[in-house]
Amino acid sequence: MLVLFGAACASILVEAAVPRDWRFRVQVPLTLISLIVAGGFLVKLATKYADDDGVIQQGTLTAGKAVAIDGPALFLQGALVVLGIIAVLLISERRLETGGAFVAQAAVTAGSQADRRQAKTGGATEVYAMVLFALAGMLLFCAANDLLTMFVALEVFSLPLYLLCALARRRRLLSQEASLKYFLLGAFASAFFLYGVAMIYGFAGRIDFASIHQAVVTSERSKTLLVIGLAMLAIGLLFKIAAVPFHVWTPDVYQGAPTPVTAFMAACTKVAAFGGLIRVLYVAFERSSWDFRPVLGAVAALTMIIGAVLAVTQTDIKRLLAYSSIANAGYLLTGALAMNSDGLRYTMFYLVAYGFTVLAAFGIITLVRDADGEATHLSRWAGLGRRSPLVAAVFTFLMLAFAGIPLTSGFTAKFGVFAAAVGGNMTWLVIVGVVSSMILAFPYLRVVVLMWLSEAGEDTPTVSIPGMFTSIAVAFGVILTLVLGVVPQAALQLAINAGTFLR
Amino acid sequence: MSNFPYLSLLVGLPLVGSAVLAFLPRSQGALAKKLALVWTLVTLGLTVALWVAFKANGARFQLKESYAWIPQWDVHFSFFVDGIALVMIALIGVLVPLVVVASWKTVEKLDGKRSVPAYFALLLALQGLMTGAFASSDVLLFYVFFEAMLVPMYFLIGSYGETPRRQYAAVKFFLYSLVGGLFMLAAVIGLWVYGGHTFNWETLQQADFNTMAERWMFLGFFIAFAIKAPFFPFHTWLPDAGGAAPAPAAALLVAVMDKVGTFGILRYCLSLFPNASKYFAPLAIALSLVGIIYAALLAVGQDNLKRLVAYTSVAHFGFIGIGIFAFTTQSGTGAVLYMLNHGLATGLLFLVVGFLVARRGSASIKDFGGAGKLVPILAGVFFLAGLASLALPGTSPFVSEFLVLIGVFSVYKTVAVIATLGIVLAAGYVLWMYQRTMQGTLNPALKEVPAMNKDIKVRELVVVAPLIALILLLGFYPKPVIDVINPAVKATLIQDLGKSDPAPISTEAKK
Repeated sequence: MLVLFGAACASILVEAAVPRDWRFRVQVPLTLISLIVAGGFLVKLATKYADDDGVIQQGTLTAGKAVAIDGPALFLQGALVVLGIIAVLLISERRLETGGAFVAQAAVTAGSQADRRQAKTGGATEVYAMVLFALAGMLLFCAANDLLTMFVALEVFSLPLYLLCALARRRRLLSQEASLKYFLLGAFASAFFLYGVAMIYGFAGRIDFASIHQAVVTSERSKTLLVIGLAMLAIGLLFKIAAVPFHVWTPDVYQGAPTPVTAFMAACTKVAAFGGLIRVLYVAFERSSWDFRPVLGAVAALTMIIGAVLAVTQTDIKRLLAYSSIANAGYLLTGALAMNSDGLRYTMFYLVAYGFTVLAAFGIITLVRDADGEATHLSRWAGLGRRSPLVAAVFTFLMLAFAGIPLTSGFTAKFGVFAAAVGGNMTWLVIVGVVSSMILAFPYLRVVVLMWLSEAGEDTPTVSIPGMFTSIAVAFGVILTLVLGVVPQAALQLAINAGTFLR
Repeated sequence: MSNFPYLSLLVGLPLVGSAVLAFLPRSQGALAKKLALVWTLVTLGLTVALWVAFKANGARFQLKESYAWIPQWDVHFSFFVDGIALVMIALIGVLVPLVVVASWKTVEKLDGKRSVPAYFALLLALQGLMTGAFASSDVLLFYVFFEAMLVPMYFLIGSYGETPRRQYAAVKFFLYSLVGGLFMLAAVIGLWVYGGHTFNWETLQQADFNTMAERWMFLGFFIAFAIKAPFFPFHTWLPDAGGAAPAPAAALLVAVMDKVGTFGILRYCLSLFPNASKYFAPLAIALSLVGIIYAALLAVGQDNLKRLVAYTSVAHFGFIGIGIFAFTTQSGTGAVLYMLNHGLATGLLFLVVGFLVARRGSASIKDFGGAGKLVPILAGVFFLAGLASLALPGTSPFVSEFLVLIGVFSVYKTVAVIATLGIVLAAGYVLWMYQRTMQGTLNPALKEVPAMNKDIKVRELVVVAPLIALILLLGFYPKPVIDVINPAVKATLIQDLGKSDPAPISTEAKK
């Protein structure tokens, strides 16, 4: 984590010091190497804390007890680092568009001369610094052991994301609009979170999770404070995971942001946000689970149903995936609300499985393009199976994974969270989940039908030949989707070995 | 030789073959055909070996194999067969090579537009997955096969189908099956949680569930199987899928794939949830009965030959349904035998209809008429297939239908009587179909179609001859198959369900 913060600072220095032509060549290796080094440290820490069976039972609280390094934290951070590497590969793709998918300045008026000029100039490398900061923030978010650290981490990873959304080279106006929307709503959510922290402080007198856990039983102050505080915290967190009714930003932002950034958000933000959410629920408020389980259960049910139903009507592939990510947030919540060790494990497993699939899917979307940039309207995908069978086949596989067909990671993951929820007496939520899965299968299937069973039209876009970076990223995502579906033992064992939270 | 891994080979071989074919370039259509044929013949050989290795009077489940898969969830790649599964696997082994041969012409026409190697790759994948579904002894493994076999069939219907409605049919087929599959998933999860965190079929069989949980899980499985089978009112996808799929694939769909549904009812609903099965039996019988009559009536009104055959299947599945849920060994044995014989008879009927449709270029009955004058031998084969389908004595379906009806009659007289009505209707639609297509005055338009003037070819004869031989052979001498089926059915009904056969007549008086 510290490695990443360091690298992010270094990256800014590079931006300032290295001549423009060289920046890209320095930034990419710097980012990738720092991620790999960070991953190495995580593995080292994990082996240090693992017992003879490989289960991580212990850990430490560092930085004045503000950061917990325990099994789940290490697992999620590891996931973030790996997903981050793939996302960075997607971001680094320069073959599809001259200079990559990004511009340097977000705030230039869309369509103005300056904007047009920067659309022509070579790529912007500022994104790397921002991605690094965002990733570092996410890592901290998963490991935060008190609410204030969590808030800081939330802001650290959110702010770069707001900016990243606005940097699309094409469709500048859409991109800026997405960014603004994300920023405004995100700021609201942060404010709610902060008020929630204040309320909880008022209730417990402390803000570290262990004390809150104590105070839920011992505190003599009014429970109202606790409930209000928890509700406000939840609003902040539910916004980040895009749960109904705090989901409205998702489709617009997913659509407007540059596709590599969308991929980054869909995979990494989801991991981080859920990492934070389950830590708050499991570590701090486990004892008041009777308070929030019905409410959050309702939220999860709504999230699944609304996400699935609205996905059916979408005509833009990025919006479709956005709604599908909303529904997936619901499945994840279902797992998280099981409030048992299975729930923790399989939620984490789901996060990883979903992350790889979604990264690969957005990677493919960056490839399907015409002279005007990416062709994201669904009607344009008709007949893709004829034009480029390989890409269509891979995308079909990913769609089947989203739909949860066996032998893909989607199935293993879904099975895990549903089984955990049944074990945690949330059977009704599983039934809602199953129903919404049925609804959700339809839009995925429609994409498959369009690609294979429709004749290729005049305006079926050609598929660009991907550069090395995207190829690696997509291949990685697809292979892992297959591996986690066919032979998930290793990853499952990792998730199980992650043990439980440290309090 | 008993340790020889027959089952995993039978599942694995076609899948490997499928992978090989999938990587053939599009231009190698001719090679793909031959390769697929050789491959399926090797598999057939293995199936014969499996039949020989199976001891009819041996243990209930034989040739067990087990390999760890996901130890964390206690999931194994484990297989076994009893008589019921054995018969179905044998049916696959016989049918798939014939389907491959029958597809040769169909595929030639598609050459250039669709990839031929991919077609055979899908067929082989389907074969492997279906075999896996029949052989698995792990509930999750079964579920995986059950769902995964949708995918190749979906593409067979959607990509290689013949009518403009193929897309609609493919999506309808997929969604119906997936919905059923998800119900089953919910039940599978329930099984895992309430059954002591295991998927092993034999362990689960010992598990005790509380009544409500058992009923819900039964329903989850039953809905999935009822859609697959298909029972009324979940049958509406079949005429569409059967009508749109290429005839060889449709033969495979109706003859084998749908049997996974009835097979699943026997293996999972009855054996794992005996109390719930008894509780819901009247409902299942009622649905089956409605299916027999309703589908037969609809079949009479069909103009599309393939849809007509699909509707007859819905009616026949009704017979299988009442046979299973009457809970007597006679009716049960009859039902399983029917699963096999219906596969042979309807498979034959679909293939012959496929030949006719390929010649005429249309599946509409109106476009035929007096065709028997042009293709007398083909018409004869068609007639024979029709007779088998309506279960004329001497053909194998007769034996099974007879067994079902005797068995049912000993417990539910009315049901048996109403079901008999279905036989009369069957005679009606089959004969009327034959009359309208093959007899009467020659439709002048038929002469214009050059292909219509060619009678049955050697290749086609090769396809139908084994099926006809089997239908007649099993019609006169079904004993070897019954010997295999009967112990398995007895075990399912008596051990698992705790039902003993009613003494003839006397118990009926109390009802």
